[in-house]
Amino acid sequence: MIEIQNVHKSFGDLEVVKGVTMNVNKGEVVSIIGGSGSGKSTLLMCINGLETIQRGSIRVDGIEVHAKGTNLDKLRRRIGIVFQQWNAFAHLTVLENVMLAPRLVLKLSRSEAEAVAVKQLKHVGLGDKLKVYPGRLSGGQQQRMAIARALAMSPDYMLFDEATSALDPQLVGEVLDTMRLLAEEGMTMILVTHEIKFAKEVSDRVAFFHKGVIHEIGSPDQVIGNPQKPETVQFLKSVL
Amino acid sequence: MFDFKYRFQWRQVINNLPAMLDGAWITFYTALLSMVIGIVIALTLLSMRRSNNVALRSVAIGWVSVARNTPALLQIYFLYFGLGAFGATISSWAALLAGITFNNAGYLTENFRGGLRAVPETQTRAARSLGMTSFQAYTRVVIPQLLRIVFYPITNQMIWALLMTSLGVVVGLNNDLMGATKALTDLSYRTFEYFAVAAIIYYVLAKLTFGVARLAGWKLFSY
Repeated sequence: MIEIQNVHKSFGDLEVVKGVTMNVNKGEVVSIIGGSGSGKSTLLMCINGLETIQRGSIRVDGIEVHAKGTNLDKLRRRIGIVFQQWNAFAHLTVLENVMLAPRLVLKLSRSEAEAVAVKQLKHVGLGDKLKVYPGRLSGGQQQRMAIARALAMSPDYMLFDEATSALDPQLVGEVLDTMRLLAEEGMTMILVTHEIKFAKEVSDRVAFFHKGVIHEIGSPDQVIGNPQKPETVQFLKSVL
Repeated sequence: MFDFKYRFQWRQVINNLPAMLDGAWITFYTALLSMVIGIVIALTLLSMRRSNNVALRSVAIGWVSVARNTPALLQIYFLYFGLGAFGATISSWAALLAGITFNNAGYLTENFRGGLRAVPETQTRAARSLGMTSFQAYTRVVIPQLLRIVFYPITNQMIWALLMTSLGVVVGLNNDLMGATKALTDLSYRTFEYFAVAAIIYYVLAKLTFGVARLAGWKLFSY
């Protein structure tokens, strides 16, 4: 379970997240929607400690993420994250990209790591690209590889930071299909996304972020289907 | 008006070629060794340079600054005679190796610092998000990509090191290519012939190194 309590985050004088509270239960898929600069991506980076917070607390399975004594390297094994820019390691083949962290972090043997990597790459439909360098893949394929790379650590949670925003329109579908597959398998997921239709379809809950706070949160039918706040209506009108 | 009296004598140079080629080998591996150690030190200086610790950062900045702004000749002098003055005597070869390595590390640090800007910060983020330590992210994700970017500057530095090992002669080194050549000219006074052949060997050595590096680069960084 991820418990976010009154989190504040600033970059210098600019406060981006202004007191956000929400919980994500095991097995739940929660989508965060909202305009650019509303603080949704930043919040995601705070959940696995890639960004620090100024106030509040984030707990993952009871572990305080931003406490001094927390071993973030250890915690991050359980929280996979997929970035907008897929961040393939250019010097490694697809297979090596996925094997690297299991080898270094989980200390798996070469053959064990390879087995895990091959399994996850097949899972995302890249079983035929093992020996290829990422530079030769399309953006959609690289993003699916990034998903496999995160999954190879057997995380309990997956965070998606606008995973399809940097893709050409015709490649968005294949990545969404992979994400849908994970949701159906019961992965606990937080999606920051601009794909409103997709969010409505896969999410258990949707949170609308506006100016650093959660403006509206509830079931997709509520928030997207029948929004109550004028800002939510306004936002949905602009993107749908 | 131009009275040319010098008679070239090439025979004895040819006879002594094996000694010169032995010297060339020492020249080559001294340069190579100074590069390998130089690269390791440069990578260390680079991370010191980027650390939040003022002392570490100052050491790195100082090293780079001295290495780049003083003559290599003086650096080697200082290591040989300077250390000797404090009772720490090192061999001519060790002084040469240390001097060239000191220099390589300084220049390479600056090259690497520039190259690092071409490796996106997000690569480190992605590595850290998978649970890698910052050391693992640096050595396994950032450095391999950095090496590709700075491969040409590294090759240039290697050639520089190869040629600069000839400075060993000023601290009495007598078995590298320059040292061996100098010893032979001292015995025979056939300075022009010996130096001409030495220059040719340096040239070929530098060209060969460049060729091999190119091939290696092509093989290593074909992704």
